[in-house]
Amino acid sequence: MDAARQDGPETAPLDYLLHLADNALVLGQRNAEWCGHGPVLEEDIAMANTSLDLIGQARLLYQHAATLSGSGTTEDSLAYFRDAGQFRNYTLMELPHHGPLAGTAAADRDYATTIARNFLYSALMRLVWASLQDSKDAQLAAIAAKSLKETRYHLRHARDWLVRLGDGTAESHSRMQAALDHLMPYTQEFWTVSPAEAAAASSGTGVDTRSVREAWDREVAAALDEATLHRPQPGGYVPRGKEGVHSEHLSYVLAEMQGLARQHPGALW
Amino acid sequence: MVSAVQRAWDVLEGIPDPEIPVVSIRELGILREINERDGALEVVITPTYSGCPAMGQIEEDVRAALAANDLQAAVVTRLAPAWTTDWITDEAKQKLRAFGISPPHAAAEADVVRFARPAASVATAVTCPHCGSANTTEISHFSSTACKALYKCLDCLEPFDYFKPY
Repeated sequence: MDAARQDGPETAPLDYLLHLADNALVLGQRNAEWCGHGPVLEEDIAMANTSLDLIGQARLLYQHAATLSGSGTTEDSLAYFRDAGQFRNYTLMELPHHGPLAGTAAADRDYATTIARNFLYSALMRLVWASLQDSKDAQLAAIAAKSLKETRYHLRHARDWLVRLGDGTAESHSRMQAALDHLMPYTQEFWTVSPAEAAAASSGTGVDTRSVREAWDREVAAALDEATLHRPQPGGYVPRGKEGVHSEHLSYVLAEMQGLARQHPGALW
Repeated sequence: MVSAVQRAWDVLEGIPDPEIPVVSIRELGILREINERDGALEVVITPTYSGCPAMGQIEEDVRAALAANDLQAAVVTRLAPAWTTDWITDEAKQKLRAFGISPPHAAAEADVVRFARPAASVATAVTCPHCGSANTTEISHFSSTACKALYKCLDCLEPFDYFKPY
């Protein structure tokens, strides 16, 4: 396999493709939790459609990764038959839709948390997908060009609500600020470099996210300013979800998502 | 003698989009190419949105139409260049409008990230497909499908779908 690959076209490291795919799949699964439970009908539809785009992006990336892996790997085996420690998504993607709680305690879903996460992530991915259009991995470049179009729209949607809630009532403002205070520290993981990212960047198939940090900072600062929100001080624990070190929440997401496929392998409906 | 490529075009170009049946997959720019290589036919289609649930149906419709007409062809899905609403033909845009869907503007305008405030000019306004008024407002970023947004006309008060530039 390796010998064959050296002769073929340049391809991104498998773990890098899985990192991009897992981000999209886990966030798509999280956002889809709003389906049927949205705060208003329009937002219910918005989250379902955003999830559709994210899961579509994940499928294209898994299909690409499966082709490179060979030996019977499929998009479904990658999505449904890997355990939490093998997932390469940012920890930010797997958190529940509410603020920090002890252990696995649950609370009502909070739309401000949903919006803050979608804003922080889509602001990053708009820049990452734009760079990846020039990836030496032609298939990844093609996926990036499609994903960029969708991510722009997700950013527009999330940014609009960030401003609307931040610059809204006293209640919506304080909840939006609390969501940002909770989630912003997790974005520190955007700027560390995992071995897969380093390998992808050095081969010209991936992007070093540190190169888009300044643009991301500007986008975030402008939006927070318009939303009358303040940016929490960075610091604290730097998550390592993209290296497989996850919070306790990912296993619960996967249990729900993978349960049917594992209980009934090969099920069709 | 009609070539196999031409016969395939004749068979496939009329296949309607499963979600918006007033336009065909050729008019939407989903059916890209039909090639003949060493006597074998190859049909190239491209997905619209990454997660568009209609793509599976479209591929099935293409295969069924080929089989029904005794045409052997490989159906290839190609991602690049990425599909854009700019490929929707002018004729199809008129059909969309007649169907009650306001057709997309040029995709370059989709690069605007800021949430649209009232349209800067009539040229960039989303016009009502029922009465033609440019005095419209967005109700929802997403609508009946991922590729559309929901608008309302402030003159005739009818809601309508807007095919988003992509």
